[in-house]
Amino acid sequence: MTRVHDMGGRFGDGPVCPEPEDAPNFAEDWHARALAVTVAADSLGQWNIDVKRHARERLSPKDYTRFSYYEKWISALADLLVESGVLTEEDLRGGTSDDDHPLASRALKAEAVAGVLASGGPADRPSDVPVKFEVGQLVVTARRAANRFVDGGHTRLPMYAAGAQGRILMVHGAHVLPDSSAHRLGEAPEPLYAVVFPASELWANPEHPKDEVVLDLWQSYLEPA
Amino acid sequence: MPHDDHDHPHALLPPDPALRVKALETILTRKGLIDPAALDEIIDTYQNKIGPQNGARVVAKAWVDPDFKAALLKDATPVVADLGYFGRQGEHMVVVENTPKQHNMVVCTLCSCYPWPLLGIPPGWYKSDAYRARAVREPRKVLAEFGVSLPAETSVRVWDSTAEVRYLVLPMRPEATDDLSEEELADLVTRDSMIGTGLPKVPT
Repeated sequence: MTRVHDMGGRFGDGPVCPEPEDAPNFAEDWHARALAVTVAADSLGQWNIDVKRHARERLSPKDYTRFSYYEKWISALADLLVESGVLTEEDLRGGTSDDDHPLASRALKAEAVAGVLASGGPADRPSDVPVKFEVGQLVVTARRAANRFVDGGHTRLPMYAAGAQGRILMVHGAHVLPDSSAHRLGEAPEPLYAVVFPASELWANPEHPKDEVVLDLWQSYLEPA
Repeated sequence: MPHDDHDHPHALLPPDPALRVKALETILTRKGLIDPAALDEIIDTYQNKIGPQNGARVVAKAWVDPDFKAALLKDATPVVADLGYFGRQGEHMVVVENTPKQHNMVVCTLCSCYPWPLLGIPPGWYKSDAYRARAVREPRKVLAEFGVSLPAETSVRVWDSTAEVRYLVLPMRPEATDDLSEEELADLVTRDSMIGTGLPKVPT
């Protein structure tokens, strides 16, 4: 089993409600603040993108479901700040001094923002893990969508694509393995592939016989068919 | 073990989300961990500088320049970087081309992965449970909710962004646009047409 965030294929969510193309980027001012605080806090260097994603996924199913998008971000950030030892629970209660923090020298400055956003965080890495599959080859995904290192841990194989047969469409090179990285167990880079699956392999009642779904999947999620 | 205690620290902050953000921002600012001027700069970037106009420029160029299009489809990351589009959430770009035989559509079922440098911040619907849950299983019904219906001979290929690779759809160039300039063509390219839930505008 994975977690509440793993909703691909789920029934019961109702219609998608498209917004006009010219709707504001941020529906509320606090959405913009939530995004900015989250981006700025990354610069403290206390986590990586996988740790951060997993923090959102670990919100209780009840919170994950009732929270709006940026509410998830800000709540997971608060949790992460405490878990990483940056803040204490006392800090969150508002009960501490204004003394400068040991990490304050890392705080993102306005003049550094453009550079930080422009450099981003590439996930490709040199790796000596041999590339096992080539384009066109048939593969099968792991029978269960689960982290192999940590029970209940982070993984990027969605439940709907577990135990399915697909075909290698692209070889992306070696990328950081989120299953390891999210738990601070090292980056463990390995080959990443785009794998294409016929919709009929994934769904009981596919809409069209020729429809397909493509997922990016790490080599350790795959076996030869 | 993942921390699965039910007293998550975030519960110590005010329940109202706007106040929750404000409280966390205040605590971090008081400790010197964030700089409010940096927050303003981040917001200005995603509010005013980065948006679908970037992706539209790439699409229009691909429509008029076959060499550019070939390079874009082969390895998009350096090609869009040459136009100044790179960075956070666009580190590894792949562009996929719509044809009469195949329509492409992008989703992130596990979170909300999206090519920020080319399209900006994702719209609300892209991050909604309904889109994340349904786009992979019933893309044609979802497309219908966007007012798009595809011919029976067109297959749909849905890209679930499960890694750090970000996908941009290259829509088909509308008919009767031979005499339009690259800039005029870019005006026809909608955000949704580059996600695959819409089609470009038709010139009037």
